[in-house]
Amino acid sequence: MLTILVVHVENHPGVLNRVASLFRRRGFNIESLAVGRTEKPGFSRMTIVVDTDEGGATRLEANLYKLVEVLQVDNLTSAAALCRDLAIIKVNLKPESRRELLELARDLGARVLRETSEYLMLEATETEDKIDSLVERLSGYGILEMARTGRVAMRY
Amino acid sequence: MRMKQTGSEILLESLHREGVDVFFGLPGGVVLPLYDALYSSGVRHLLVRHEQAAAFAADGYARATGKVGVCLGTSGPGATNLITALTSAMMDSIPVVALTGQVPLHLIGKDAFQECDTIGISMPSTKRSFLVRSAADIPEIMHQAFKTAVSGRPGPVLVDLPKNVLMESGETTYLNERGMEKKECIREWTDADLERAADLVLDSRRAVFYAGGGVIASQAWDELRELAELTKIPVTTTLMGLGGFPSDHRLSLGMLGMHGSYATNQSICNCDLLIAVGARFDDRVTGRLKDFSTLSKKIHIDVDPSEINKNVRIDVALVGDARQTLRALISAIQRQTDQAPAPAARQQWLQRIESWRGEHPLTYDKYGHAMKPQYVIETLCRHAAEDAIVSVDVGQHQMWTAQFWKFRQPRTWLSSSGLGSMGYGFPAAMGAQLAFPDRQVIAFVGDGGFQMTLNDLATVAQYRVPVKIAIINNRALGMVRQWQEIFFEKRYCDIDLSYAPNFAKLADSYGIRGVRVDHRADVEDAVRDLLSDREPGLIDFWVDPAENVYPIVPPGASLAEMVVEPPRVLLEEEALDDLWAV
Repeated sequence: MLTILVVHVENHPGVLNRVASLFRRRGFNIESLAVGRTEKPGFSRMTIVVDTDEGGATRLEANLYKLVEVLQVDNLTSAAALCRDLAIIKVNLKPESRRELLELARDLGARVLRETSEYLMLEATETEDKIDSLVERLSGYGILEMARTGRVAMRY
Repeated sequence: MRMKQTGSEILLESLHREGVDVFFGLPGGVVLPLYDALYSSGVRHLLVRHEQAAAFAADGYARATGKVGVCLGTSGPGATNLITALTSAMMDSIPVVALTGQVPLHLIGKDAFQECDTIGISMPSTKRSFLVRSAADIPEIMHQAFKTAVSGRPGPVLVDLPKNVLMESGETTYLNERGMEKKECIREWTDADLERAADLVLDSRRAVFYAGGGVIASQAWDELRELAELTKIPVTTTLMGLGGFPSDHRLSLGMLGMHGSYATNQSICNCDLLIAVGARFDDRVTGRLKDFSTLSKKIHIDVDPSEINKNVRIDVALVGDARQTLRALISAIQRQTDQAPAPAARQQWLQRIESWRGEHPLTYDKYGHAMKPQYVIETLCRHAAEDAIVSVDVGQHQMWTAQFWKFRQPRTWLSSSGLGSMGYGFPAAMGAQLAFPDRQVIAFVGDGGFQMTLNDLATVAQYRVPVKIAIINNRALGMVRQWQEIFFEKRYCDIDLSYAPNFAKLADSYGIRGVRVDHRADVEDAVRDLLSDREPGLIDFWVDPAENVYPIVPPGASLAEMVVEPPRVLLEEEALDDLWAV
């Protein structure tokens, strides 16, 4: 089961290392990890997606709290929360498929960042499964490059 | 008050303010400024012969006192030599602060001479580690380091000190209380949880207390005893918990697990309630997990929430300090003693345990000609003072001491239990002796483990640290030999230690009185003689090399399948399969 943990940490050197080490040491595999600044200076917010059950999540939470730099852990797995992934995708562009591609992008909520004669650069900020289906639909045209952030989440 | 001092002076002042009276270390390049400040400082420092001994000594000091033990190594190898001992302290939750030298800040990352990534290396072996970037930060960081080491679940902390930080002048303020309030994940139990626990205790007929190192760490021994006596529930302790409950108490079951007694393990298998206090359901305790104490409900009292449901499913978890929690549980039970089961039920349970004890008592060949290691340990125990501190290394002698020593007081037992690090016993004894110069400190060591840290005989001789060393010498890596004998069809491979120094003469050469004892008949006199003075001393006991530790729960077997005595009992297929996984 995919578990979503939002972890508030002090922004010190080595904190990411400690958090990642903890997951490795306790035998959990991180599916995705997104870190960034928050509204409070000096603090970072990590959204960590990990494949584990409820018991595993509880133990992870307890272990995270043992890191001195961790201030708060919030398990959003079954909470009412907003989850978003950001993807930037370069799709192969051929004149004959241009119109179709642009329509597809619009229908699936992707924004055109740049267009050249070779490719279309798209950005999508969506839930993970919507981005997955966008990727699937685009793959027929040839994806040249893709970057995804991993999930970020916030309680309603 | 603001003062201008060098980083080294600030560090020593901070140590002093944290109550450090002695620390253990070995100088080197980048910590020279610190040793220069030490030259004219009041803090006592013991020069060890290897940094690992410094950290083990700090650990021994901490276990014996409950205070933070402090050790120091220079950068690079000095720091890496500390790591085994810090890992051991981490596993056993022992408060230690390790100070390490580091190359100057501007050289970090440049592969400078004796540079290593101490912070990176120490991360999994410590509760927290700090790199100090400015002399002015030292008081704050040291305060946090000491606080972190003792708070919640205790453990080691490392402070990495670049040379330029030790040398630079800094203006700083010392405050005894900094009010650096950090979050603690203490999801304390509710009254309802406590009532549920009290109900389980009152409803139980065949309950057992299972007490671990947390009882020692939180000083909960009086509460444990009070609750046990109030409820007439017997107490078993883990290797870490020895001393937390008096061995000669009528409710004492001694140690459980792999080398626990038959009666104790049977009581775990048959109990209807298991009350774990500051213990972590280690594999050496539980045996095969799926068959561990299947008939019981479980209460788990622990300060560390990440221990709850880690290995064993818990019915009622009381996360919190063991002492406070036991105190609350006592009150809750006293409020409803009218609901206690008929004393007859409790009495019947104790009688049943007694009959198991009668079936297979914890014993050895007491009357034969051979000098049995257990006899040596029992004899020392008989002659030792009531408050003697006993330190052990790792292996057979450790288990025999755990089985046959009579523990009368808490904080008299020093053992690298979780990590099982050979070489621990002797330097840890040294650390405990520094904390209590007037008490007897006895180090039981094997001939294998002793050869890992015997270089510190020089330290003991130099400072006249009056530790008493008892070598249980069986001319082999005994525990490995035992496993090869039992589980690997006597294919003895690389366990022969007959090529070894004459330990008595070796001690003599360090200026320590050394004696060798070959015959059972000489043990008594030699022990009396060893304990008669306040000088360091060593006895090399050439014990029966064939003696094995029994009973034993084979790795991967359940507690019920324990092998009570030689010869080998055939294991189940599954147990043999599991053996390879352990």
